[in-house]
Amino acid sequence: MANGWLTDTLILLPLGGAIFIAIAPLPRLAAGLVALAVSLVEIAFWGGALSAFDYRAGAGSVQLQDTTTWFGDLGISYHVGFTGFAIWLVGLSAVGMTAAIAYAVWVGREHARAYFASMLLLTTGLVGVFAAQDYLVFYVFWEAMLIPLYVLVGVWGGPGRLRATLMFFIYTMAGSLLMLASIIVLGVSQGSFDMVTAGYSGSNWIFLGFIAAFVVKAPIFPFHGWLPDTYREAPAEVAGVLSGLVSKAAAYGFLYIAVLHFPDPARNFRTPIIVLAAIGLIYGSLLAFRAPYIRGVVAYSSLAQMGLITFGLFATNLAGFNGAVLQMVNHGLISLGMFMLAGLVELRAGTGRFDRLGGMAKGRPVLATVLMTLGIIALAVPGSSNFAGEFLILTGVFKSGWGWSVVGAIAIVLAAMYMLRLISAVLHQSRGSAVSDSARDLRLGELALLAPIVVILIFFSAWPAAITDHTFQQRSSTNGLSTLSDGHVVQRSCGTGCQIVELVRP
Amino acid sequence: MIFDASIKTPHVDWFAMSPALTLLGASAVCLLIAVLFRPRARRYLSAWVTGGAFVGAFVAAALLYDRSPHPQGVIANAIVRDRLGALAAIIICGAGLASVLVSWRIRLRAHRAEYFALLAAAAGGMCFLVTATNLITLFLSLEWFSICLYVLCAIDVELEGSLEAGLKYLVVGGFGSAFLLFGSALVYGATGKVGFADIAHATAAGGLRHDTFLVAGLAMILAGLGFKASAAPFHMWTPDVYEGAPTPVTGFMAAATKTTALVLTMRLLTTAFPQEKQLWTIALAVIVCASLAIGNLGALVQRNVKRMLAYSSISHAGFMLMPIAAGNALGGRALLYYLIPYSAMSVASFAVVAARERELGVPVTFDNIAGLGWERPFLGAALWACMLGFAGLPLTGGFVGKFYAFSAVYDHGWIWLVIVGAVATAVSLYYYFGLVRALYMRAPAGLGLAPAGGQPPREAALQTAVFGCLVVTVGSFFAVEPLIRLAKHAASSLVF
Repeated sequence: MANGWLTDTLILLPLGGAIFIAIAPLPRLAAGLVALAVSLVEIAFWGGALSAFDYRAGAGSVQLQDTTTWFGDLGISYHVGFTGFAIWLVGLSAVGMTAAIAYAVWVGREHARAYFASMLLLTTGLVGVFAAQDYLVFYVFWEAMLIPLYVLVGVWGGPGRLRATLMFFIYTMAGSLLMLASIIVLGVSQGSFDMVTAGYSGSNWIFLGFIAAFVVKAPIFPFHGWLPDTYREAPAEVAGVLSGLVSKAAAYGFLYIAVLHFPDPARNFRTPIIVLAAIGLIYGSLLAFRAPYIRGVVAYSSLAQMGLITFGLFATNLAGFNGAVLQMVNHGLISLGMFMLAGLVELRAGTGRFDRLGGMAKGRPVLATVLMTLGIIALAVPGSSNFAGEFLILTGVFKSGWGWSVVGAIAIVLAAMYMLRLISAVLHQSRGSAVSDSARDLRLGELALLAPIVVILIFFSAWPAAITDHTFQQRSSTNGLSTLSDGHVVQRSCGTGCQIVELVRP
Repeated sequence: MIFDASIKTPHVDWFAMSPALTLLGASAVCLLIAVLFRPRARRYLSAWVTGGAFVGAFVAAALLYDRSPHPQGVIANAIVRDRLGALAAIIICGAGLASVLVSWRIRLRAHRAEYFALLAAAAGGMCFLVTATNLITLFLSLEWFSICLYVLCAIDVELEGSLEAGLKYLVVGGFGSAFLLFGSALVYGATGKVGFADIAHATAAGGLRHDTFLVAGLAMILAGLGFKASAAPFHMWTPDVYEGAPTPVTGFMAAATKTTALVLTMRLLTTAFPQEKQLWTIALAVIVCASLAIGNLGALVQRNVKRMLAYSSISHAGFMLMPIAAGNALGGRALLYYLIPYSAMSVASFAVVAARERELGVPVTFDNIAGLGWERPFLGAALWACMLGFAGLPLTGGFVGKFYAFSAVYDHGWIWLVIVGAVATAVSLYYYFGLVRALYMRAPAGLGLAPAGGQPPREAALQTAVFGCLVVTVGSFFAVEPLIRLAKHAASSLVF
């Protein structure tokens, strides 16, 4: 396709940056600034890709494609391209990684070249996952995310990092290997590994193999065992990247591969998955309410939000999908911002524990404002983009049964509880033992990190249709399929109370 | 006249044997160097000669590949001139060249020229073995290179471990060769033929499919080959020999011996025993499961890096026997492709261990390799890439190789073996990433031996070898199509 080079650039630019930083003998600050420059250029290219994407052709259509033969005899090619909803996730990744790299430049990291090279490699992996249009390419980029994460948490993490990385690694690889087995079976039996041209598969086992990888990465209850330790031990911005960006790769996998390529198995397994997502939603919210330190709250709220997003995805209707994609972008930005704030508070107070914090609002207006804004958007105050996302998800789920919406509504109330508790415990009440007068307010550099995230969130709060109108159009059709160009996602009824969502095929 | 003056000799195709002959020539020259030159000059001269010979043999093998589109038996069908043998010779010579570079600064007090002579001779035997098409040539070339390797393992007479390694390899290897020979005798007894193709014809013509002697002979031949390929349950010698032998020799053994043994196994089984396919595919599947289990579980508890890599090579014998067990054309391509990055990774990982060993002067364990990633970033990164490759993670050829192997097995219909392979991969991640962890995430504990002189020795030859192997490992991930085409042409000489 004409603009396939944009996709290749988005994938290969961070890789090139990583190799350059790893090899060139740059001093510490220079390595960080080069990485930051590369990420900013990546955002620019993403803007180009967004404007090059033609939304009238249908958000499910794959555009900006590039194909090269990789293994001719097994039908595997390096095939990349973007669907309409993938572009937003790529944008989230580009912006999120830029913020995380800027945080690392501000705070300073030992072995800077290795650190920034790993961050850029992670960016490549993330963008590649969203761009992959061939199952094996998807798997390659999925695994390519794991290696920098292992190094980032294992080298620069906290005291318990070795055990945390071990758990994280074992969980993730178990899921990934099941996905590899599924990919092999699917590809060899169909004769092609291409996602765009291959037909649907109705096999439940293959579907479950893919789901295994995604439920671990998201994570979905009860496969979240790696979550608390890894988020606690990782460096703050890496925890933000994990919870904000990497988990969205799993959600994208749920949407693009599991639901849209396996419509029948998705329908068969919908109820168990929605039940697990609901349990995760309530369980995560309750644990967040009980967590004694900032990162714990944000980590468990991440579990809850991923449950909510999965809720929306497995509602398998367009409202659910739209809400889920919007919520993915929202949650990515919010959790990245919250983890960075947690890191900044920990730097000032030496701890994130609530029993030793408190009263930080007094004399620190900027910190208080930013934390309150992020927190209020996070708890989905009406008018925020989070509210729009959650509303759409609950609308979508309502069509499957009003009981699920009740669960979702309860979760929103719990979200309000834990967020307000977080804000109050850090900012209000009497001054904690770890907070001293010398703990400064947010400095200009730190504000420069967080302000773009807040501004973007406010933008989406004012105009959530920027995303929801450019993901899945609300179109339902029973016999008008032939008039829609391929790549459209349509909703069809399959009997009383039954809905299938499909990608229109050539 | 009482006797006939002319003896009928077969026509000799010298070009077909050129890789082996080049290496034998170099071996002879090195032996002369050993007696004609001063001790200090011996090492460098013989290293240059051997390195040059490996380059020459590599080129000869490449030309042979190019000029042998159809398999032809030569020298009265003792060996075959085809692309399979040429490709295997290319891999062996590549591994040999890298090993010569790694051995450039080897700490041997005596017998330096003999070391290189033996290395060249062993490689010559291997190049000959991969072209063998009858049981006698098979045994001849097997013994040829095995004896060279036995001596190579023991050559560092200053180290007790080295002598022990050589002795163990001799005894166990001799046992394995005896099994192989006895099995060959049984097969000859049953069919009356020694040529591979002839054995297949005789089996078909004589209805010998279920003949006891033939099947027993096949089983013993498999056992003998299993010894060489270090597949479980014939793997007993591997950890001790790999640990005790001089590290560059271990790297060469891990790469080249395995290549030779596996290519030969594939040729032998598909050419000589196609009627017993049912039997040997299942037998190999059992051997695969045993190797994967023993190799991975054994490696989990190792603290010595060379021993861990030895157990990992046992598990890789399992992974690489999978495509042979599948017995289809996809499997043939998978094996030949997989051997390329596998050889590169083996030589490179043992090279890095050798570098650390020369720095420290003691055997390398997980504790004393700690921090290598930060002290010597290039070697650390190379070892990291090799661990990723062994584990089968993307961005290395090891991933593609495993993927092909699993696909070949699935194509044969054995999804259970794919699951076993996936579980084994999962288990192996623990110890491969344990090494990565030691390289980067641990501080060197109790490393009271401050290297006198500060900087680690700069070894240009070793680093060049590691770089070359790294290029092959990572490059084979991107350039899959050309390599698969090479493998496809090579595997086409066999009938599946």
